[in-house]
Amino acid sequence: MSGAAQTPKIRIRGLRKAFGAKVVLDGVDLDVMPNTSMVVIGGSGSGKSVLLKCILGIFTPEEGVIEIDGQDVLKMDRTGREAANARIGMLFQNAALFDSLPVWENVAFGLLAQRKASRAEAKKIAGDILTQVGLDPSVGDLAPSELSGGMQKRVGLARAIAARPDILFFDEPTTGLDPIMGAVIDGLIVEQVKRLGSTAIAITHDMASARRIGDHAAMIHKGRIVWTGQAGDLMNSGNAMVDQFTHGSREGPIQMELRR
Amino acid sequence: MNALLDMIAAVGRGTLGMLSEVGRIALFGAEGLSHVFRPPFYARLFWRAFVEFAYFSLPVVALTAVFTGMVLALQSYSGFARFSAEGAVATVVVLSVVRELGPVLAGLMVAGRVGASMAAELGTMRVTDQIDALTTLSTNPMKYLVAPRLLAGVVALPLLVVVANILGVMGGFIVGVFKLDFNAGTYLARTFDYLKTEDVSLSLTKAAVFGFLVALMGCYHGYNSKGGAQGVGSATTSAVVMASILILAFDYVLTELFFSR
Repeated sequence: MSGAAQTPKIRIRGLRKAFGAKVVLDGVDLDVMPNTSMVVIGGSGSGKSVLLKCILGIFTPEEGVIEIDGQDVLKMDRTGREAANARIGMLFQNAALFDSLPVWENVAFGLLAQRKASRAEAKKIAGDILTQVGLDPSVGDLAPSELSGGMQKRVGLARAIAARPDILFFDEPTTGLDPIMGAVIDGLIVEQVKRLGSTAIAITHDMASARRIGDHAAMIHKGRIVWTGQAGDLMNSGNAMVDQFTHGSREGPIQMELRR
Repeated sequence: MNALLDMIAAVGRGTLGMLSEVGRIALFGAEGLSHVFRPPFYARLFWRAFVEFAYFSLPVVALTAVFTGMVLALQSYSGFARFSAEGAVATVVVLSVVRELGPVLAGLMVAGRVGASMAAELGTMRVTDQIDALTTLSTNPMKYLVAPRLLAGVVALPLLVVVANILGVMGGFIVGVFKLDFNAGTYLARTFDYLKTEDVSLSLTKAAVFGFLVALMGCYHGYNSKGGAQGVGSATTSAVVMASILILAFDYVLTELFFSR
């Protein structure tokens, strides 16, 4: 392995984020190597989505370091941050399509917003990308509300890859989908990540999805990374927390907190 | 003694909370306005917000203005007849409509219609991660969502108020001439003889400020909404209530400013 390949694409150290008195991330350390897919698993409210939103600059952490290709994005000004974000594509949990725009404008949004293409060119590019995610280009003229959940996820994926980002984030990519459609979306994600040569982080609590998407895996619990390893080892990690989580067992070190 | 201290503390907390909210709104408005003057400019989004503000609000503003002018003519006639000053009806109608009722009623109508719709749209975008999605697509949400709406409010409401003023005066004219038997020529002469340029300036200044306030409240409450459908509902209510209160408060402030000239 070359020296350059040893440098993490994304390096996170001591990341801390709180909302009022509630500490959501409490010193997260994580390395994601180039051209690999990292799956972050963890229970609801464990801080998975907040972690991604901190990397994207949607939330500002109180402490810590987030480096992309060795550059600390937390120290960048707004312009630098926007440039860094232009290298990242994200598929949101509910796809988060802009419902005031037709599908093709959603897909080509980044191209249009950054003036990288005329509207006619952008529409053609959007049609090509829709084809790559298994949709007919004619879907581009529909409104997002006219699409099924699976189609919305595909459009969300198309939007995420449209600018050919070198980093891709997936937030619960199979939530709300039936198992077959979930497998289809996972297949598309793996295919597109490989095609673009991207580095990916996916957060999920769907174990089948985690094994399909990930090369590596990490588990987050109460705002801390408690385990990292190969995604293939998820079901037999030797870590009591991971094993309890992946097998969906009530007994174990993780105690669910019920709010009264 | 403790009860008194608790009460003072509660008042203090409320005051501090209100002041910090005012500060947040002011910063939000300043940031939104700063993006109006810095590229990239989103002309399509401005046009969409402008059409929503001006064109689709026209019927409700027009009807409000016409009926207000008609009622004003009737009421002022009833009052002035008690000391034989019926001749002042036309002047009172035009000054009341242009200086006060046109901009205030148009502002309130637009607050209910457009302010609510802005808050609901941005609120829904917030709770469905669409605003976060903008950030991931290297698009500043303040520039993309807020700046075009603020500009549309400032430009569209004065145009609406011009129409409202004309229709309000026309409503008064209809009642004056066809019900109260004023001579049409005399009514019009009394309408325009006493109308001054500063009356129109005050009207348009108020309209621009009210348009800004409506857009600001709609954007601020929608942009910062939380908690799903209930949060969006609360944001919508807050946007309309706050815009209405601010319109009435700023109406006094602006009138005072122009009055003291």
